[in-house]
Amino acid sequence: MRHIISILVNNQPRVLARVASLFGRRNFNIESISVGESEEPGLSRIVIVTHGDARTMEQVSKHLHKLIDVIKVQDLSIQQSVARELLLVKVGATASNRAEIQGIIEPFRASVVDVGINSLMIQATGDREKLDALIELLRPYGIKELARTGITALPRSMQIQPKAQMHA
Amino acid sequence: MTTDQKQASTDRELTGSEILLRCLIEEKVEFIFGYPGGAVLPIYDSLYYGSIKHILYRHEQGAIHAADGYARATGKPGVVIATSGPGATNLVTGIATAQMDSIPLVCITGNVPQNLIGTDAFQEADITGITMPITKHSYLVQDVRDLPRVVKEAFHIATTGRPGPVLIDIPKDVSNAKAPFSYPETVSIRGYQPTTNPHPLQIEKLQQAIAESKRPLILAGGGVVTSGADQQLIAFAERAQIPVTTTLMGIGGFPGTHPLWLGMPGMHGTVAANRALLECDLLIGIGARFDDRVTMGRIDKFATGAKIVHIDIDPAEIGKNVDTYIPIVGDVKRVLETALKDPPVSQSQAWLEKLKGLKQQYPLTYKQSDNMLKPQWVIQHLYETTGGDAIVTTDVGQHQMWVAQYFRFSRPRSLISSGGLGTMGFGFPAAIGAQLAYPDRTVISVTGDGGFQMTAQELAVVALANIPVKVAIINNQCLGMVRQWQEVFYQRRYSEVDLSGSPDFVKLAEAYGVKGLRARTVDEARQAWREALDHPGPVVIDFQVDPEENVYPMVAPGAGLDEMMLGDEKA
Ligand SMILES: Cc1ncc(C[n+]2csc(CCOP(=O)(O)OP(=O)(O)O)c2C)c(N)n1
Repeated sequence: MRHIISILVNNQPRVLARVASLFGRRNFNIESISVGESEEPGLSRIVIVTHGDARTMEQVSKHLHKLIDVIKVQDLSIQQSVARELLLVKVGATASNRAEIQGIIEPFRASVVDVGINSLMIQATGDREKLDALIELLRPYGIKELARTGITALPRSMQIQPKAQMHA
Repeated sequence: MTTDQKQASTDRELTGSEILLRCLIEEKVEFIFGYPGGAVLPIYDSLYYGSIKHILYRHEQGAIHAADGYARATGKPGVVIATSGPGATNLVTGIATAQMDSIPLVCITGNVPQNLIGTDAFQEADITGITMPITKHSYLVQDVRDLPRVVKEAFHIATTGRPGPVLIDIPKDVSNAKAPFSYPETVSIRGYQPTTNPHPLQIEKLQQAIAESKRPLILAGGGVVTSGADQQLIAFAERAQIPVTTTLMGIGGFPGTHPLWLGMPGMHGTVAANRALLECDLLIGIGARFDDRVTMGRIDKFATGAKIVHIDIDPAEIGKNVDTYIPIVGDVKRVLETALKDPPVSQSQAWLEKLKGLKQQYPLTYKQSDNMLKPQWVIQHLYETTGGDAIVTTDVGQHQMWVAQYFRFSRPRSLISSGGLGTMGFGFPAAIGAQLAYPDRTVISVTGDGGFQMTAQELAVVALANIPVKVAIINNQCLGMVRQWQEVFYQRRYSEVDLSGSPDFVKLAEAYGVKGLRARTVDEARQAWREALDHPGPVVIDFQVDPEENVYPMVAPGAGLDEMMLGDEKA
């Protein structure tokens, strides 16, 4: 199962290296990783998307807790949460098909953030499936360059029904 | 402020290296094990007038294993200092050794000045990066004003919870910079709050499981020794009537002469211990991590009919290797103390009888020989003449297993051996550390002719300081344990295990000014050992033993504990 792990850490030099190296050393895989400041000065939030069964996730969490700079570990995939990533994609575009591309990206609430002679740069945010779908729609125009940030996430304030129970 | 006042206030400031030394004194450090170099010159300069005893080893690896031996013998943290670059990288094996066995070490390395960090400057190595996976925590000190807090935290982290090595990397400019000194009284680290008190509900579950069990077994590991829970373990096992097997790291945590003791389990374990693991209905792991040398990595064949209880201070150990029925997180000593308040009794009489029978039917044995010295005999002789109270350190290999099998340790912290990493070259320097801590106890370094040659240069240290370690080389003229595996699993294709070209160990010892003795027969061995014990200083004894001897019982890697090879004598 896919898991989104949110890790609150001291904003110390090498803290990201410690976390990432722990995953590598213990043979846990990382699908994406994103880091940034948190609500509290001096603390950062690392969000890691990973795969594994319940036993592996328990180990991931316990080993993360062993790191001195780790303050809190949450598995956001067993509660209701909002997960988003940012996509920037440069697609081939000519004067004649620009309007057509605009039409494609509009339902995705994506926007054009840069225009070149033969290309457009498009910015979109959303969950992974939405961005995957957008990329597939843009592929026929020729994808010149693409960058994704990896997922960042927070739990929802209202936990209407815990997800873990929904699965049970 | 007048100029005079200004002068006075800067006078009260200390350099980073002076601050470091003051911190170490505050931590009641007795010995520093180390080796100097450019990046630690300021620290060594401060040591020059200091009160802490520094021992100069001949290789940083010797220094860190000695610090480790000191820590294992005393339970106090060992402190080692090395310079930047090659000095620091020479610590790596020792750091990993301590990490694997949860030994408290504070490792101080110098580094190049901060303006040179990252430039591949002379003798620069990213030692915090290199050692990240093998330390409990590490610090690169960037400001001299952080130094007291960092040292305080480092000692706290190294010695509490599950102990381990902590690295403090100090750039030379930080050692030279000045700041006022004050040592913090308390530590508060938000992300570090080890659980020491067990959950009462879990203890209740344990009590109930014991009361219901007919074939209970305790698997005691290094955690018993670390937490000083040996007396509690004896009381608990006796009261509940549960037999005990101790892992290599747990040896001494339960007396080797106790009727409830079954011996060591696993790859070279006793028949009684391994059969108990196979047949128990309740397995209580106490400060033991279910390593593959015990389970053989065959969880499908390990204690399959048993409820497993796992007691450990480190929550990450629970559920890592085996599924646990009752997890108990806490300090082993506290857990046992709590459990002893309301002690349960198991219904284990028939089980104890059966195991007693197995112990009698399958004792550890070997074939005596008229013309050759048997390594097992040597170990047994060392045991009989010192009575289980000696501190014995080992290297890694056959001799290590024979010590574990034939030396009946009666108290904790008396077997000092690299269990987790299996580091050759560990034993002799570790013995020096242990002997420094206990100058009046008999400290024996049982070592192989292979392992001894990895750190034999530390003979200079025992010679110079007259440290009376007795080095017993079990000399089989080969890398014995590797030879054994090649014999059993590679059809006797003995690839690169012949140690021809080794020095004459007696002459080697004498070259350093250390007494050297040799023994080829039982009589010579008796006499040499007597002479060694009577000699007040260090001695090296070259026990030339049967090179063909193997360690049995043995379970092949990948096999289950039910597939024990017993050796020719018992076949
Ligand atoms: C540093 C290191 N290198 C290699 C090994 C692998 N190894 C394990 S036992 C052994 C043989 C040890 O031979 P010796 O020291 O003579 O002891 P014996 O087995 O003969 O008692 C070797 C090479 C090791 N444990 N440590």
